[in-house]
Amino acid sequence: MSIIQTPNGFNLDNGGKRVVVDPVTRIEGHMRCEVNLDENNIIRNAVSSGTMWRGLEVILKGRDPRDAWAFTQRICGVCTGTHALTSVRAVEDAIGATIPENANSIRNLMQLTLQAHDHLVHFYHLHALDWVDIVSALKADPKATSTLAQSISSWPLSSPGYFRDIQNRIKAFVESGQLGLFANGYWGNPAYKLPPEANLMAVAHYLEALDFQKEIVKIHAVFGGKNPHPNWLVGGMPCAINLDNTGAVGAINMERLNLVSSIIDRTIEFIDQVYVPDLTAIAGFYKDWLYGGGLSSTNVLSYGDIPDHANDYGASNLLLPRGAILNGDLKTVYDVDLRNPEEIQEYVAHSWYKYPDENKGLHPWSGITDPNFTLGAKTVGTRTNIQSLDESAKYSWIKSPRWKGNAMEVGPLSRYIIGYAKGIPEFKEPVDKLLKDLNVPLTALFSTLGRTAARGLEASWAAHKMRYFFDKLVANVKAGDTATANTTKWEPHTWGREIKGVGFTEAPRGALGHWIVIKDGKIENYQAVVPTTWNASPRDPKGQIGAYEAALLNTPVAKADEPLEILRTLHSFDPCLACSTHVMSPDGQELTQVKVR
Amino acid sequence: MSDLDTFYATMRRQGITRRSFLKFCSLTATALGLSPDYIGKIAYAMETKPRTPVLWLHGLECTCCSESFIRSAHPLAKDVVLSMISLDYDDTLMAAAGHQAEASLEATIKKYYGNYILAVEGNPPLNEDGMFCITGGRPFVEKLKHAAAGAKAIIAWGSCASWGCVQAAKPNPTQATPIHKVILDKPVIKVPGCPPIAEVMTGVITYMLTFDRLPELDRQGRPKMFYSQRIHDKCYRRPHFDAGQYVESWDDENARKGYCLYKVGCKGPTTYNACSTVRWNDGVSFPIGSGHGCLGCSEDGFWDKGSFYDRVTDIHQFGIEANADTLGATAAGVAGVGIAVHAALSAIKRAQQTESNQE
Repeated sequence: MSIIQTPNGFNLDNGGKRVVVDPVTRIEGHMRCEVNLDENNIIRNAVSSGTMWRGLEVILKGRDPRDAWAFTQRICGVCTGTHALTSVRAVEDAIGATIPENANSIRNLMQLTLQAHDHLVHFYHLHALDWVDIVSALKADPKATSTLAQSISSWPLSSPGYFRDIQNRIKAFVESGQLGLFANGYWGNPAYKLPPEANLMAVAHYLEALDFQKEIVKIHAVFGGKNPHPNWLVGGMPCAINLDNTGAVGAINMERLNLVSSIIDRTIEFIDQVYVPDLTAIAGFYKDWLYGGGLSSTNVLSYGDIPDHANDYGASNLLLPRGAILNGDLKTVYDVDLRNPEEIQEYVAHSWYKYPDENKGLHPWSGITDPNFTLGAKTVGTRTNIQSLDESAKYSWIKSPRWKGNAMEVGPLSRYIIGYAKGIPEFKEPVDKLLKDLNVPLTALFSTLGRTAARGLEASWAAHKMRYFFDKLVANVKAGDTATANTTKWEPHTWGREIKGVGFTEAPRGALGHWIVIKDGKIENYQAVVPTTWNASPRDPKGQIGAYEAALLNTPVAKADEPLEILRTLHSFDPCLACSTHVMSPDGQELTQVKVR
Repeated sequence: MSDLDTFYATMRRQGITRRSFLKFCSLTATALGLSPDYIGKIAYAMETKPRTPVLWLHGLECTCCSESFIRSAHPLAKDVVLSMISLDYDDTLMAAAGHQAEASLEATIKKYYGNYILAVEGNPPLNEDGMFCITGGRPFVEKLKHAAAGAKAIIAWGSCASWGCVQAAKPNPTQATPIHKVILDKPVIKVPGCPPIAEVMTGVITYMLTFDRLPELDRQGRPKMFYSQRIHDKCYRRPHFDAGQYVESWDDENARKGYCLYKVGCKGPTTYNACSTVRWNDGVSFPIGSGHGCLGCSEDGFWDKGSFYDRVTDIHQFGIEANADTLGATAAGVAGVGIAVHAALSAIKRAQQTESNQE
């Protein structure tokens, strides 16, 4: 047992009771979390471990850069599309390709579709059960639920009979004795605060959102042919526009545009009439539970995204703001340069990789990846049966990215804090309104609940911006420009012999960057630094903890054997582990079977 | 007992009357050579039989299969999960975590040993003693074998579980391995695709529940009902292929006219899947329908067959009567350039037609 103060201002005490949560469920991929509880069941130490590695960037070496989007898209099927978009941007940056205005609008429509869809599914299907007690919903009076629902929204599915039908269906399900997905949940845990009628409303919307989410992504199917994993193209988009002539029926035509437009309308309606009111109502019952702030009150980072006009990735052209805030100073928003070797660096001192000098960080264009699965001396268990990790040694398949040496939080909350700090009305005003509606101060934003709330506000922002880019697409086509792809740089012989590029997006979970080096028309090096790498990172050589570990600290746990509060805070980041655990060796060194040393 | 958890309830919800249900029971009894006494017993069993438990494990993957599954429009994912199966374990959606999640898994394995369906998304890596994918502190491959032992049927969701997919592309640094290579004592129903089509996934599972048997599989273990024909054979752009009308470069006049994407790399001629018929996202589109060639994502090793923009030249051309079995059996070892020849012939035919039009 020892008490440590981390350089980024947190006290860690790994004495007391060690609690292991593995698997962490309702996330993408595989993750393990260990915490130490003191005698009052308060979390005093937190250990976040990514438990999978696939090596996608190793696989990319030597391949055609125009294929890279398809490979990197398979980094993640939940945030599907965002890696592909980041990849085509990185390749275009390297080869010097520009894209038509329509392609920019279509890409933004697809990226915003992802934001709206992913946030909705996260809230209802991955996160809600941390706040909503399904079993309690059985005790609700459907009339009271109806009154509640009608008091917060004009959404029409709100009659007592509607909620009674849902309740009967859940009741029959529970009485069958086969609880399926809901078996062994933490029902009845004192950390659940919603009254039965609110629980029933949330359960009804869990089911409605499950039905509705499949509608939103039809926009991906229109422009990209399918979802998950739609198709993209270096130099633009593959979907041709043809409104008037022979063959229009097989292209983006009036019928397709009408379909997209109607989905945008319904998406705005569902998010504004169901998601945001539910979020506000649920937050109202939990506004005294303001744990989980972690790094959000000090260090946040965003690369920015959603370029208004094509081919300009400067901060002033990005509708999602770019910037970094350090030490909680909201008056200063630093600019971020993804090309500067001193800014973004990755460390591996506590990751299952090896560097020649593990005290140093490496920029993605010059990083090294050499897997090195070793466990510390204080590990409990064996190499293939780990009971408890030793966080003083290597303990995760995730690296530790740092910005100018600082651990940073990324994601919707970071974007909203940066937008707020920059005084951008479309971010500041909804935050101020929500804080006022809930009657809580600005500091309440820096919490698990704040993270969850920012995601909901952003879903609404994204849905409305879909309308903006749809109108922009139509206006541009009306003005006579129907181009969707620029093929002047399609052939590799038009490229430089040795070139490099960087592409970035704001994925639903936060800042995402891909760095590519191309030599003789083939991929020489490919490196992705993804949102969950930032947030779930293990400690760095200086001992700074990452966003997940920081956010868990000092949270009281109602029942030590039911990790409800741990899940609540981890889920507020929307963990995506397949994304966070992959890297490549820049010198092109092939990874072979690595034995423990 | 609930009215939501039985075959009878499911059939009623799907519009089958009680009278028809009893007739079905009667026919079943007759078909099995049982006396009329058994009609009541069969009806009773169908009315009280529990929903089949399904354990859904995740190895190395990207979760696109789960995301696809919840896109299902018929049946709705909600109805599958609440009324057709009992999804007792699925890390992506289940409420419980950690010990409680593992307890759910063990409870189903024990209580329903020999009677549950195992569905696997992703695959186990075998390098590093399996520790490139760790669940509960142990290698995923152990959990997979453990759950497979008591399964009555095993489904490999998607190309990861079926073939290996992207993490198994060269040089496959983790030695990611398709599940049929570690589960050796049971047949595996492969539902490949990256991801598979949502309604194909729910179609396979509801087929098994409705008809109480495994779907008919081809030699490679894929359900024939969805994987026996090439995308090319049912593609709405096929007439343009036959007429020698191709997209030559992105967004050219031919792309806007919806011509064939073969020359810009479409893998439809060598890909067995239902995309051009079932289509995606409730029938909205499919890759070719939105202007990009098929990547061939349901085929074994599709990541290592050259660029997605290279023209297919190495597969012999067959008519639509050829299925995967005959192709595999007859084309093995044939270094044909048939499809290129076929394309060239189409072009010649078109040129001839153009000439004759001019005349």
